[in-house]
Amino acid sequence: MKFGVVIFPGSNCDHDTIYLLRNTLGQEVVELWHKDHDLQNCDFIILPGGFSYGDYLRSGAIARFSPIMREVISFAENGGYLLGICNGFQILCEAGLLPGALLHNPSRKFICTNSCLKVQATDTIVTAQVDPDRPLRIPVAHGEGSYYASAEVLRELNDNNQVLFRYCDADGNFTEESNPNGSVENIAGICNRGRNIFGMMPHPERAADPLLGNVDGLSIFQSILQAQDTVEG
Amino acid sequence: MKYIAEINVMPHKEILDPQGKAVSKSMVNLGLSEIQNVRIGKHITLEIEAPDEQAAHAKVDEACKKLLANLIMESYEFTLRPA
Repeated sequence: MKFGVVIFPGSNCDHDTIYLLRNTLGQEVVELWHKDHDLQNCDFIILPGGFSYGDYLRSGAIARFSPIMREVISFAENGGYLLGICNGFQILCEAGLLPGALLHNPSRKFICTNSCLKVQATDTIVTAQVDPDRPLRIPVAHGEGSYYASAEVLRELNDNNQVLFRYCDADGNFTEESNPNGSVENIAGICNRGRNIFGMMPHPERAADPLLGNVDGLSIFQSILQAQDTVEG
Repeated sequence: MKYIAEINVMPHKEILDPQGKAVSKSMVNLGLSEIQNVRIGKHITLEIEAPDEQAAHAKVDEACKKLLANLIMESYEFTLRPA
């Protein structure tokens, strides 16, 4: 599978993601500059974390209109796989590719901590290999990560099993205390109805190398590779 | 013809505005406990070249809908005047 990581001015998790895919997982990865229009025949596009355009106006609002986003949106609308992590998730919501919005954390503080997540929908390319019974420990690092959607949208997300992850405690309980940013229904990540566009606030790429002492994020990327093997095998 | 737009973007009422809430609470420290429900949004000004006010209005409205406000969490209103 050929991966493309989009680099916006202010992206800062782009190289973590590239390193993981290329060095740890041995995949082909290309860097996609935000001013380009060529997705270079990638099979899977990732919008990385960071502070694109300095988070001016609203996080992700300006990046959503970067030149390459025209091709990224068309790629995803035609069924291409697209994952947004943190700022990438904010960009996907601003682009209308995923429902809802990411609001300021109620504390008004930038939160940088480990969170526990429980996988909800297991029938997606990013979660198929993740153990739904064991909470994952994945770091979050954001100021605007409080997921918000109207009651109607929430109902649709739940009815169509589009919630990928919810914040939980170490035992897997969805509590208010384990919700770091006041997200509605402890939602940490979602997908679209077509199950090819994914967004999550936590950073699995920061928890995928034994040197960092935590590889809980690895199973998300292994899910993608496993799905590829199944198709090719 | 050049116009100036004055745009106000405000968070929806049902959305928690932590900044406004913190400022509300601080009013007590000023001895102004009569003040409540502070809500904080954005004020944006811009200049626009357009043949007439109606055309300018349509363009500013498009800018608000597409970029300046996120209608999931915010509402907007604006006024136009000749520059």
